[in-house]
Amino acid sequence: MPEKLVIVGAGQAGGDLATTLRQRGWNGHITLVGDEPSPPYQRPPLSKGYLLGKVSREQLFLKPTTTYERFDIALRLGTRVQAVDRTAKDVVISDGSRLPYDKLVLATGRRARPLTLPGVDADRLDNLFTLRRIDDVDALRPQFVPGRRLVLVGGGYVGLEIAAVAAQLGLEVTVVEAAPRLLARVTGPEVSSFLEGVHRSHGVRFRLASTVARVALDASGRRVTGVDVSTSGVVERLVADLVLVGIGMQPNTALASAAGLEVDDGIVVDEFARTSDPDVLAIGDCANQPSAYAGRRVRLESAPNAIEHAKVAAATILGRLQASTATPWFWSEQYGLKLQMVGLSGGADQCITRGNRSATTLSAFYLKGDRIAAADVISRPADFAAARRLVTSGARVDPDRLADDEIPLAEVAI
Amino acid sequence: MPKITFIEDGGAEHAVEATVGESVMHAAMDNLVPGISAECGGYANCATCHVYVDQAWADRLPAPEEVEEVMIEAAFDVRPTSRLSCQIQVTEATDGLIVNLPASQTGA
Repeated sequence: MPEKLVIVGAGQAGGDLATTLRQRGWNGHITLVGDEPSPPYQRPPLSKGYLLGKVSREQLFLKPTTTYERFDIALRLGTRVQAVDRTAKDVVISDGSRLPYDKLVLATGRRARPLTLPGVDADRLDNLFTLRRIDDVDALRPQFVPGRRLVLVGGGYVGLEIAAVAAQLGLEVTVVEAAPRLLARVTGPEVSSFLEGVHRSHGVRFRLASTVARVALDASGRRVTGVDVSTSGVVERLVADLVLVGIGMQPNTALASAAGLEVDDGIVVDEFARTSDPDVLAIGDCANQPSAYAGRRVRLESAPNAIEHAKVAAATILGRLQASTATPWFWSEQYGLKLQMVGLSGGADQCITRGNRSATTLSAFYLKGDRIAAADVISRPADFAAARRLVTSGARVDPDRLADDEIPLAEVAI
Repeated sequence: MPKITFIEDGGAEHAVEATVGESVMHAAMDNLVPGISAECGGYANCATCHVYVDQAWADRLPAPEEVEEVMIEAAFDVRPTSRLSCQIQVTEATDGLIVNLPASQTGA
């Protein structure tokens, strides 16, 4: 019996779920609702090749729109969902119309965390930006003019990718980071200082352990002219032609909360992507899921997780429950360096590095006991390949052999 | 349009019309061919678009660049004909290309 599936959110997770179901022969009705005008697209290149101008808009699209037509997937783009009525099993569109569902999947993603400063309405400022969507980059790109002074608030991966693009395009970049080191939440000090050095060699300046105290506006009140940065109580004015805020993301959980679904740092789902309502699933960046790898609940913000989670949801909808056993992984690109990360390094006992005699390569292995829990690999892809195996297999390793560059990684297991 | 045939480990064949200039990985994705998940989006970062090029074609394609050669090592069940399909460009010369999909990628 054909069923009606409505997917709210036409990003990587939502798009992949629709196509994976068709790939596996599911023939119910599929409606994919997204509030952006574009069909599902890759977000990772937004802060890399797309911002740099090397990747076109069409190249970002996961599939051409004709693919959705051919496989009978209804795309409702530029469409905002206002509410979920779980009693009637309807999705309420912002124009008041309703879409009935038998199964509903929330793939609502996340949004940029806004910079909150007393007396400042960030939305009204013409030269203060965040970066999450194609439109954000389209608004930002014309501002990336050589010689302009960019103050970048936030030293996470996306912030550093933007800093790299800006530096390559000839802007003067200063990164303001609240923690005492870059990427403090997601990587070890060795990798933080390595990347700081790479960025400094390209002219990027840093204000670490620093917070934004206030912004100075011009007479119109609509343009930022400077950012007052506080470091250990000392305030310094950074002159700014434009400001970019990259202080993390927040999961989009308002629809789920309003519908009475359980929310706790994301929409809470079981290992089969089901929310507290078995007819409602949640996947991707917005979902808080049990992780077999981590042995606890996690909310992962990455394209590989979105793809994996879409597969889990597809299996659930097909009635063949299958939890994920995948090890999380992430990647980044800065100045042509290839950053590949596997596992979650938080809570590791020690960090062992390889390849650090070079200024452009480094492998950092994070150990819990005598097992590699995670690794950050910079431009040593063979190490990444080996590290992914070691993390996934949970093999015990000899730390002394791991630290010895001369010994192949394939031979460090005990 | 160049034709490419993907063959699953179980023998199922998917013949698709590809577009010159795109990658073999994209040709599979656009046509919902199973077994190519391309988690990194096509940047030789993950080896989840691993294929075995048909023996007759192995020498006719441009050789892999170093970044691809190294990442292939991250794939499962690597063979001499292993390639990352995101790094193989579709051209007029690839009309008729046959690639086989690894068993590890086609499991439902």
